[in-house]
Amino acid sequence: MSKIHVTTKINGDPTEFLCEPDETLLDVLRDRLGMTGSKEGCGTGDCGACSVTVNGRLVCSCLVLGAEADGVEVATIEGMADGDQLHPLQRKFIEHAALQCGICTPGILVAAKSLLETNPNPTEEETRYWLAGNLCRCTGYDKIIRAVMEAGKEMREAS
Amino acid sequence: MRYLAPATLEDATQMLGSDLGECRILAGGTDLLVRMRSGFAEPDSILDIKRIDGMRDITREDGGWRIGAAVSCAEMGEHAGLSADWPGVVEAAGLIGSTQIQGRCTVAGNLCNASPAADSVPALVAARAMARIAGPDGTRDVAVEHVPTGPGQTSLGKGEFVASIFLPARPENAGDAYLRFIPRTEMDIAVVGCGVSLTLDGDGTCTDAHVALGAVGPTVIIVEAGAKALVGTQVDDAALDALAAACSAAATPIADKRGTVEFRTHVSGVLAKRAAKIAASRAGA
Repeated sequence: MSKIHVTTKINGDPTEFLCEPDETLLDVLRDRLGMTGSKEGCGTGDCGACSVTVNGRLVCSCLVLGAEADGVEVATIEGMADGDQLHPLQRKFIEHAALQCGICTPGILVAAKSLLETNPNPTEEETRYWLAGNLCRCTGYDKIIRAVMEAGKEMREAS
Repeated sequence: MRYLAPATLEDATQMLGSDLGECRILAGGTDLLVRMRSGFAEPDSILDIKRIDGMRDITREDGGWRIGAAVSCAEMGEHAGLSADWPGVVEAAGLIGSTQIQGRCTVAGNLCNASPAADSVPALVAARAMARIAGPDGTRDVAVEHVPTGPGQTSLGKGEFVASIFLPARPENAGDAYLRFIPRTEMDIAVVGCGVSLTLDGDGTCTDAHVALGAVGPTVIIVEAGAKALVGTQVDDAALDALAAACSAAATPIADKRGTVEFRTHVSGVLAKRAAKIAASRAGA
C-alpha cells in the first residue's frame, strides 16, 4: 500500500505529510504531525472533541481523510493562541472554570471560535445549538456557555 | 485501499469503470467514514467526488436549483435563493447532525445512505426532486424516491453515483415544509418525519400537493390520499384532519426503542397536519 503525499496549510503554515489512504485527518494531526491538541473521543463524529476547521468550515477531523486535506487550509486548536497571548475564548474558559478534565475543551474552543466568526453576537440559544455537537461530561455546559457569551461580548467591545 | 480524487466527471466514470474492487463514493463522509471505522464497510477504493467540477455548486437551472452532490447541508442553509424557494428542503437538510456534521454532510449522501429515517429525503420527495445519476453509460435523471430501495440499499448500478439533485422551479403561491419528531431538541434520528409541498391558487384553494413520510417504512412513503385530501380545499381543519387520517393509515412503522407502532402511526398524522399548515402559510394562505 503506497502512501499519499499531501500538501496542505495548517494554522497558516505550509505543511506536507505522507499518509495512508484510509487514515483520518485526526490521526494525521496527532500521530504524524505531533499536534495532539485535537482529541479523539468517539471517532464517529458524535462528540466534537476532534473539531477543526477546513477552509473555514467547522468539521470533525475524525470524519475527514488525511488525503482530503490536499490543497486546503486547516485550522486547529494549536493555532488559536498568539504565542503567549491567549485567545479571549481561552481566557474566558479559565476565568469561568469552563473545563474540568479538559478533553472536550480544544474542540469546544475551536467550535466556539467558529461560531463567533460566523455570528459575533449569538444568543444563548444559538450558542447552545451551535455547540450541540461538542459533548462535555464534566461541566454540565453552563460554564462553557457563559464563557463563550462573555468572550463574544469582549470581542465585540474590542472590535 | 486506494484513494481517488478525479477532477472531471469523465475521469470519475472512467475510474469507476475500471477494476477498483469494492469502491465507495466519498462526498461528506459522515456516513462512510463511520461505517469504515465500525467495520461495516471495508472498501478496496474510495472515490472522492468533491474535486469534480461543479460538484460543490448550487446553480440556477430552468427556474429551479441544481445542487451538486458534494454541497454540504450548511452551504445549502447559507444559500439565500435556495432557502427562499425550498425552505422545507433546506430545513430538513439542516436537521442532520451537529454543526460539524452540517459542514460535511450532503443531501445526495443522505439519499444514497438509504436510511429509512433520513431527514432530507421526505422533504426532497415532497418537493419532487430529481437525482442526476452519472455512470458508465452517461447520465440519467430519476425521481429521488427511486434511489433508495430499502434500508441501506439503492437502485444505483455498478459504477453509478448521484452527481446532483435538482429541485424544480417553485410555482407561484407554493410552499414546502418538513417536520420530524425526536425525543430530544437536536442531534437525533427521526422517529417520524414528514415533508409537505403544496400550491395554492389566488383564492387560497390548494391546487397541488405532495406528501411524504419518513421513518415509518423501509423507504419514504408517498401519501397520495393525503395529497388528495388537500387538493380543492382551503387547507382548512377538515382537510387537515383528512390529511392526518390518510397519513396515519399509510404509515407502516416498526416498533423499536425510539417509538412504538401506535405512537409512530399517530405522530405521522400529527406531523403531516402541522407541516401542511406551515407549507400553506409559506404559500401565502
